Amino acid sequence: MNEIKFQERIDAEKKIEPKDWMPDAYRKHLIRQISQHAHSEIIGMQPEGNWITRAPSLRAKMILLAKVQDEAGHGLYLYSACETLGISREELVKQLHDGKAKYSSIFNYPTLSWADMGAVGWLVDGAAIVNQVSLQRTSYGPYSRGMVKICKEESFHQRQGYEIMAEMAKGTPEQKAMAQDALNRFWWPSIMMFGPQDSDSPRTGNAMKWKIKRQTNDDLRQDFINKTVGQAELIGLTIPDTDLKWNAERGSYDFGEMDWDEFWSVVNGNGPCNKQRLAHHKKAHDEGKWVRDAAKAHAKKQEVVAN
Amino acid sequence: MMNSLFTYTLRIADSSLILGQRMSEWCSKAPTLEEDIAMSNISLDMFGQANGFYQYAAQLDGLKSADELAFRRNEREFFNHQLVEQENGNFGNTIVRNFLHDTFNFLFYTQLANSKDETLSALAHKSLKEVKYHLRHSSNWLVRLGDGTKESNAKTQIALNELWMYTDEIFEMDALDTELFNKGIAVDNSSLKSDWDAMINNTLTEAKLIRPEDEYMATGGKKGLHTEYLGFILSEMQYLQRAYPNAKW
Repeated sequence: MNEIKFQERIDAEKKIEPKDWMPDAYRKHLIRQISQHAHSEIIGMQPEGNWITRAPSLRAKMILLAKVQDEAGHGLYLYSACETLGISREELVKQLHDGKAKYSSIFNYPTLSWADMGAVGWLVDGAAIVNQVSLQRTSYGPYSRGMVKICKEESFHQRQGYEIMAEMAKGTPEQKAMAQDALNRFWWPSIMMFGPQDSDSPRTGNAMKWKIKRQTNDDLRQDFINKTVGQAELIGLTIPDTDLKWNAERGSYDFGEMDWDEFWSVVNGNGPCNKQRLAHHKKAHDEGKWVRDAAKAHAKKQEVVAN
Repeated sequence: MMNSLFTYTLRIADSSLILGQRMSEWCSKAPTLEEDIAMSNISLDMFGQANGFYQYAAQLDGLKSADELAFRRNEREFFNHQLVEQENGNFGNTIVRNFLHDTFNFLFYTQLANSKDETLSALAHKSLKEVKYHLRHSSNWLVRLGDGTKESNAKTQIALNELWMYTDEIFEMDALDTELFNKGIAVDNSSLKSDWDAMINNTLTEAKLIRPEDEYMATGGKKGLHTEYLGFILSEMQYLQRAYPNAKW
């Protein structure tokens, strides 16, 4: 009975709110997806944080730091949205540290030059936006509202990233080479951010039925590619895919085979930076323990005084 | 006079930049997510202040841009307080360093806001708003850490003892300061000491921390003499500008 009413609500495009009845599997799916999204924002601070102290101008420094700070803020919104489903931030962080919760694999690639700050903003945030725009219409209220906020900031990030790429592409030959190299390294991992092809995506069925997901992985990926090819051409960079060509019949770009072996290998922990990213997060968390303990102890003393 | 004003402005900018750089090193490493955001905020404020003072210095100089001033000078040409270049260490070291400096900054900008130089006065007004928040942030944390657990009290006391030697030079006056003070442009740093003492003592008492004795006190920032840390800060910060001198970013 509950289940039928729940589905009717979903089909009528009404949002599900924290206190509404929901199937366990819906709750679990959301916790998995939202926490993965939150962890991605937080782990995603590292590859860009890697260049803050080396940013080449005062303006670049401020923009990059503000951007990484936005990501921390997005992480906060998302952890809060996830907490409405009855799980604490502490538990979520523990799941991350235990390897039970994942984050986007794209952050397991290293950022090796300043141009990578351009590529990450342009491609990684660009791909994230395509996904998040779609998620603004997701069926769970707190997640949907979080996405609306986040999308506004992400589109700003994407423009900043593209600006760095454009600036470098018209700069010295060395700068142009750095920009092309960054595109070469980030292109394939970026288009794989949308996840496995629909034929290999086990959870898509329920997620679409419950309107957690509004478009399939392949549809979102195609949207992103269609948007991005022209942007690369405009600044004179070449997308590293010899099979990429306009298909007039489909009104879309055809593109080459993605390396799914690499994708699954990185998802399963064997990418260039998996160990480093988690170790960094754990170290900060462990080193902060005495500070969190002190804050708690102090707050407790204040309570005693107040009473 | 123009040259003195340029150097005076540069000194302020340098301390802001180096503290901003240190604070930005915390990004993704803070004890909580909320604190990560707060520390990035402070860092962004410091970079914003640095940018404002460098822009003014660049205008006075007419030769170098703000970015050139920040990214193309060597250690001996930097005039920041040695206090701000000290390592982040643990969270307690950072809080103590910032608390000592924020207290100074609060008093300094309060005075500089009255400068006869309109630009310095305007920049000081803007900075003061931000510095009030920084001081509240570092003071609140100092009290939490000092009056938190035994461990946090011990760590914070050690940090205070270690950093104390860098608190004397912030009040120094040299001939250039005196020249500009006499013209109503600069702040008499030495006059800030008694208010600084009172503020520091109050918060230390609340934080159950013991004020260290003055023993060896460091000096040199104004002359471009620094601790060994500054060279590393600059080599990291200036790397792209130095490696690709003809590039625009």
